[in-house]
Amino acid sequence: MAELDARPCPPGDYPVVVVGSGPGGLQTSYYLRRLGIRHAVLSADPAPGGMFRRFPFFQRLLSWTKPYGPVDRRSRGYEWYDWNSLLADEPENRAIMPELMDGTSSFPSRPEMELNLATYARRTGLEVRFGCRWESTRREGDHFVLGTSDGEYRARACVFAVGVAEPWKPDTPGFENVPHYVETRAPETYAGKRLFIVGKQNSGFELASGLLPWAQRIVLVSPRQVKLSVNTHSLLGIRARYIQPVEDEVLGGGVFMLNGPIGRVERSADGVRVFCVRSEGGGELVVDADEAIAATGFTAPLRDLPALGVSVFGQSRLPSLTNYWESTNVPGIYFTGTIGQASGGMKKYGLPSNSGAVHGSRYNARIAVQHLARKHFGFAPEQPAVEPSSLVDYLLNEATAAPELWNQKSYLARAVSLDPTQGMRDEGIVPLADFVDMEGSPAVAITVETDDTGDIHPAVYVREAGRPAVETLLGSQALHDFRTVDNRARLASVLKGLTAGTAR
Amino acid sequence: MPLSQPELVNTLASLSLFADLSRPQVEQVAHRMSEESYPEGQRILRQGFTGSGFYVILEGEVAIRIDGEERARLGRGDFFGEMSILLGEPPVADVVTLRQLHVLHLGGPELEGFLREHPSVMFRMLRTIALRLRNASRWRS
Repeated sequence: MAELDARPCPPGDYPVVVVGSGPGGLQTSYYLRRLGIRHAVLSADPAPGGMFRRFPFFQRLLSWTKPYGPVDRRSRGYEWYDWNSLLADEPENRAIMPELMDGTSSFPSRPEMELNLATYARRTGLEVRFGCRWESTRREGDHFVLGTSDGEYRARACVFAVGVAEPWKPDTPGFENVPHYVETRAPETYAGKRLFIVGKQNSGFELASGLLPWAQRIVLVSPRQVKLSVNTHSLLGIRARYIQPVEDEVLGGGVFMLNGPIGRVERSADGVRVFCVRSEGGGELVVDADEAIAATGFTAPLRDLPALGVSVFGQSRLPSLTNYWESTNVPGIYFTGTIGQASGGMKKYGLPSNSGAVHGSRYNARIAVQHLARKHFGFAPEQPAVEPSSLVDYLLNEATAAPELWNQKSYLARAVSLDPTQGMRDEGIVPLADFVDMEGSPAVAITVETDDTGDIHPAVYVREAGRPAVETLLGSQALHDFRTVDNRARLASVLKGLTAGTAR
Repeated sequence: MPLSQPELVNTLASLSLFADLSRPQVEQVAHRMSEESYPEGQRILRQGFTGSGFYVILEGEVAIRIDGEERARLGRGDFFGEMSILLGEPPVADVVTLRQLHVLHLGGPELEGFLREHPSVMFRMLRTIALRLRNASRWRS
């Protein structure tokens, strides 16, 4: 009992409670502490890491860390080359991931990622109450009360970073007997088997590529045609690391990808019999297989939050969020980590944010904490002055090298306010959708965008008092250095009228 | 409450835009388009901005505003965003949510392929656009 009592964050009253000890929970706690906001971090797990304590199965991530990027590892700019380290203000706590990699791949292994997160928690001295399960939520006046396996926590604001990792299967007849992705066994146990995989997203292709050396035949089926990330110009679609089964299918090498819903699954004498309806032509197709696996996705484990009023949508039961990752229905409830993808942003050309991955969500967590601190605890954000004569250079430098803008294209932007009475002020990194829709003082924001041709270029949004923001696209550059003569001239021209009356 | 997959498919099948599709085709549409939720007062299409998408309203209501002036409202089963994608130009109007909105979204670059795959949806869309054009002409005359 003495050992239990020694654990940090005992039940009680806190300004903020954070639930989760994966990347989202750790990053949130780090920034709350930087602002001096007392909080408790609760986790049902025994150690940090969240989903990376178990997934991905085939033990290597989809997100790169390039140990030899063109900028110093301890610099902010290196974050673009390292998608897996959490953020820190102290140089010594940055870029932990590349320290732990063995050089065999630019995609860290799962154990390396787990160690990266544990090392971050240890070095930054984050305190987490492990083995403490969040069980219920209720409201008492202007506070929330979280019931946990260790007792009750009261807080004015709560941040849930509980991931989107609860297995989900459709209620198609027979699916109750089909194991989910999370129940996949060791690869060698599939040796010589005819495998049927339901789902053609990355989890399905992770299994297919991992089991290529073992399975006799692999059939992947889902209603929708497969998309490849190299064609969508984003992380949407099958990633290059999992593309081998696609090539095997094209070459007739024992992999089959079919489009169409599955009507039912039946047990057969030697395995399963799957009844599919082909989307093309509509005919029925019956596939016999030794084993089936449902790579059909995950939901967010929100427990009783919907009963509290948090509205949720979609198959993943994501909460409906504001641009600052706060519940649209229950103010004071925030979501960081992968659930933050529910705040979709502008989705220009249909491209999603990277909020479902660490390299996007780590910035969201920082901004969400700043917003929470301002809204609920009256913190005034730092807004350093910007020298008017350096504005064009500053914005183009940000577009060329700011990791927030590159990791969250068309989603996060660098904003500078141009209020004639206050002078030019750096508003920091902001959600772009909020900037362009918010009425406020004159301001400019710059972001990096990818269009439908795959061209990557900066975009500038200028907001004048009382008028909606106006978009101007700047030119791309072969090596992504946007500080070109043409862009300088264009940007200066766009800003000309706005900055004329702005004095420091 | 979020819709289950069969509920979503039933909802889509009940919308006139998808009325001519077979059940497997509706299921494919449900997988191809992504569900999204927006709070009240959010702009979804932005006048003059590149890269917009195509939306079908499952629940809620939006206002169409040009230079801040409301021109029309759309509700369940209605769609928007197709004009700017078909013309390859930024939207000429803002579309703003009047209450919480639940939509299906398709990225702009996917719309052409989607319509070519489903000519019956293209025909239904064409008819709706023709109706809108007729009503706009009547309104002006």
